[in-house]
Amino acid sequence: MSSVGRPGIGWWLLILPAFALLLVFYIAPIVQVLTISVTEPSLGFGNYQRILTSSAVQRVIMTTLRICLITTVLALLLGYAIAYAITLASPRARGWWVLAVLVPLWISVLVRAFAWVTLLRRQGLINNTLIEAGVITDPLPLVWNEFGIVVGMVHYMVPFAVLPMLSSMREIDPRLLAAARGLGASRGEVFRHVFLPLSLPGVIAAAVLVFIFTLGFYITPAILGGGKTLMVAEWISLQILDLIRWGLGTMMATVLVLAILVTLAVFSRVVDLRRIFGAGA
Amino acid sequence: MDGTYRPGPFGRSLAWVTALYLVLPILIVIPVALTDQRYLSLPQDGISFRHFETVLTSPEWLGSIWQSFTIAVAATVLSVSAGTLCAIGCWRISRRATELVRVLMLLPLIIPSIVYAIGLYRYFGPLGLLDRFAGVVIAHGVTGIPYVVITVSTALASFDPRLEQAARGMGASLSQTLRWVILPRIAPGIFSGAIFAFIHSWDELVMVLFIASRDVFTLPRRIWDGINENLDPAMAAVAVLLILFTLALLMADRALRRRSEG
Repeated sequence: MSSVGRPGIGWWLLILPAFALLLVFYIAPIVQVLTISVTEPSLGFGNYQRILTSSAVQRVIMTTLRICLITTVLALLLGYAIAYAITLASPRARGWWVLAVLVPLWISVLVRAFAWVTLLRRQGLINNTLIEAGVITDPLPLVWNEFGIVVGMVHYMVPFAVLPMLSSMREIDPRLLAAARGLGASRGEVFRHVFLPLSLPGVIAAAVLVFIFTLGFYITPAILGGGKTLMVAEWISLQILDLIRWGLGTMMATVLVLAILVTLAVFSRVVDLRRIFGAGA
Repeated sequence: MDGTYRPGPFGRSLAWVTALYLVLPILIVIPVALTDQRYLSLPQDGISFRHFETVLTSPEWLGSIWQSFTIAVAATVLSVSAGTLCAIGCWRISRRATELVRVLMLLPLIIPSIVYAIGLYRYFGPLGLLDRFAGVVIAHGVTGIPYVVITVSTALASFDPRLEQAARGMGASLSQTLRWVILPRIAPGIFSGAIFAFIHSWDELVMVLFIASRDVFTLPRRIWDGINENLDPAMAAVAVLLILFTLALLMADRALRRRSEG
């Protein structure tokens, strides 16, 4: 399209409203609040020293990383199975599989957390059923702890894991699998030596996406953790709304943003980021 | 794929278990909403619609639903107009020159909303936008822009740029080209973007927890308070209504896409 020449100023004006809105009402508030981390309560990096000295801060970071890693591994495993099934399904069955992924994706995160509370709490449906069946006598602690958070988080993240893996698996030529089978490879060998290596870019993209989403997640851990197991996002909210410690809260927010940006920067060499987010819609 | 290669028993069963894990817990709210008891439980002696009645006759729930709806509509208008124009501009101007804008557009998808929420909490105070309709619309509208940019850019990718050049070459102004040539072609993409922007605002909780308190009390905020304070079957009824509403929106989107694909 070079023959018509450079686009005129009019086309740049089209970008202006969105650009200005994001600059004034998105970037500015975030930059402003993150600078508080080095200005309150006193100028300097005092808040950041707390990472090295405060055991409470360290505990929150460790809890968050642990839950994030467990969630990412489980979401990848389950998501891989679904993406694999979708890729190899007949066109008719494929529609149903995709629906099983997309419908949960778009249903309100609050509705899903509420559903898990209904199922997992002490007098919840699972505990009641197990007690009535005589399997257990005392209710199991299924929620308001780390277990509950992981169950809810994995449930939220599986669809996000499926989409990038699916787009990468769809590029695999099905004739390769049939050919490998025809040449005498067992089902397991076809998977290990042909399918899995070819799908790895999608797996890495999915891992990055799920990990960074999980790091800053607020609603599900807050509801299913019951205030006892704190992850970073809930801890930030606690510092700012309840304890009014802006310096500490914004310090953790800065650390969170940096962790996410560093993760993305490291993996942008391996995977195409735009592809990850393009697949979300 | 024509069915020559199928997953083995292990892969197949893991996929089934995962699909059930994804769908069943959401469906459980349906029987709970239809319970005849006063507490969260499965129906004991038959089903009852009284919890739906409680919700649909409660001024608090209806007020929040209406407030969420008007906020979401206004935010969608903001996201769609800014996002569509931006996507068209980025599409026509070279990739290199608009790299900064494209990266900027990804930020709201990457940065956790808790970070943005505390930023707005501090930023909106002096502007008098805390607990205001306009404040929430701005927050939701701005963070909804990326969804529109993504769907509209996808629609533009299959649009032949020579059509735009032909229109301009025959003397059409920029606004005429936009109105008569580009916009009609990418309308399905814009509509998809609108649906996603709407759902984004309609479901959004974290920002609202910080920038709204009393006058603006959206539906997610009321559900949040309900989960934390009184777990009763009316909550399940709200959940069912929300699920039905989301499904209707998604079906509208699917139907529209199918029609535009022929």
